[in-house]
Amino acid sequence: MEDPDKTEVVLLACGSFNPITNMHLRLFELARDHLHETGKYKVIKGIISPVGDAYKKKGLINANHRVTMAKLATKDSDWVEVDDWESSQSEWMETLKVLRYHHQKLLSPDPTSSLQNAIPLTKPGRKRKQEPNRHDPVKKKKQSPNIKSVPQVKLLCGSDILESFGIPNLWKSEDITEIVENHGLVCISRVGNSVQKFIYESDILWRHKNNIHLVEEWITNDISSTKIRRALRRGQSIRYLVPDIVRAYIEKHNLYSSESEDRNAGVVLAPLQKHASDSKY
Amino acid sequence: VRMKSRIPLILVACGSFNPITNMHMRLFELARDHLHQTGQYQVIEGIVSPVSDDYGKKGLVSARHRTAMAKLALETSDWIRVDPWESEQETWTETVKVLRHHYNESLRLLQSKNEFMKNKRPIERSTEDSLSYQHSVLPELKLLCGADFLQTFKTPNLWKEEHIKEIVEKFGLVCISRAGSDPAQYINESDLLIKYQHNIFLVKEWIQNEISATQIRYALCRGLSVKYLIPDSVISYIAQHNIYTEESEQKNEGDLLQPLKLHSAAVNPLNN
Repeated sequence: MEDPDKTEVVLLACGSFNPITNMHLRLFELARDHLHETGKYKVIKGIISPVGDAYKKKGLINANHRVTMAKLATKDSDWVEVDDWESSQSEWMETLKVLRYHHQKLLSPDPTSSLQNAIPLTKPGRKRKQEPNRHDPVKKKKQSPNIKSVPQVKLLCGSDILESFGIPNLWKSEDITEIVENHGLVCISRVGNSVQKFIYESDILWRHKNNIHLVEEWITNDISSTKIRRALRRGQSIRYLVPDIVRAYIEKHNLYSSESEDRNAGVVLAPLQKHASDSKY
Repeated sequence: VRMKSRIPLILVACGSFNPITNMHMRLFELARDHLHQTGQYQVIEGIVSPVSDDYGKKGLVSARHRTAMAKLALETSDWIRVDPWESEQETWTETVKVLRHHYNESLRLLQSKNEFMKNKRPIERSTEDSLSYQHSVLPELKLLCGADFLQTFKTPNLWKEEHIKEIVEKFGLVCISRAGSDPAQYINESDLLIKYQHNIFLVKEWIQNEISATQIRYALCRGLSVKYLIPDSVISYIAQHNIYTEESEQKNEGDLLQPLKLHSAAVNPLNN
């Protein structure tokens, strides 16, 4: 039951994923449900794009491991996948560039492009009886000048990312503008958050507020990677907070320790370093 | 740490498990970590005990399903299991009786193990066998719960005073609470609980993960995703058997909970 009036959306989540947790994975589910409920969108794919090591965040372990864990976590997902383009760049990449890259990929009818693999076929036995026809296979559309037929790539994030727009030198204001104007945001936040106020207080965000989808997470789920790493250092269980297969991988490779947490200690975060040298706001 | 100097401990969680969620299972992990860190205990087993259908709570689906889902969820756990005894009783069973049952079962098991050991020739015993035989410390059994559970002790007619006393005196509580809530204060306000505070273990959950089964059911009824909140195997089971619907949520609507029915009928001198 295809609806040509619906805009196709690809959700892109950028972040450290150090490690990936059940909360990260929930963001995708919440965003998809929300967009579908508006009746205007059809989410065709979810992309997890772990940041490159050049980001220099404290405690950031090798991209290889972070990408592998994310892949393990999404192994059984029929619509969320991991992309390692960003993490394989030698320099840190602005989020906007990653959005542009994935948007470009969708535009080109390249047979090896990811859209081919984006057809979310429901696996046998996985249909949910409660909502028939929700996640139908998507027919690949021909190239057309109609804006609606080109999938939109929206940035999926938590309220912390949105509010980080206010941190000096972390984001370029022209990047923020292009992100909300040309792409859009899907921002998941807890009940009682201050995101709406933040949007209200920013002229750029306010102007494009129709392109910022706020999703309220009613089921409090604060499984931050920082807390996971802390628990691991203290020999505490992380079961049921991350997929079991990720937990097993972490254990096997002994990924997180006090040493790993000290990596990049004292080093300036890549975006801060980069933007501090530019003088314009 | 030498294992034989630690007291073996069994954790029992009673509840609807309607359905079981990742949060329920987290409670066990948190409790075990905490108790191990005290240096005094060795948690040997975790038991999930789903309440019987007779409990009469709104939206409670059949025990058969709730037990099956819990079993699926715990398939990969090497220390937590589901015990259907409570759910198989014809009428609702008071929590203290569930604790007594499982405690007696553990003693029985220990006794038969000791009998077995006695009859083994010394050469057949492994080192571990020898240790546990010579130092067969009696296990302890504690009720695992969330902080909200502790507060239900206050609800009129829900608990018998003597039961609360037996639970905290003879067994003990392991109570998990979120950052921001303060069960210690509640204990302080209760003469009974303060007396046995040494047997009430308070564990703080810093990683907020409040996956309430009620919200899970809402989400399911509305066709929303609950992936990563409950195990995939449980999601499949629910879909396959179409367990949670608007109809199932109406079950027992307007009925009084079984314990309330029982206790308000009896004259309770303590509730004036």
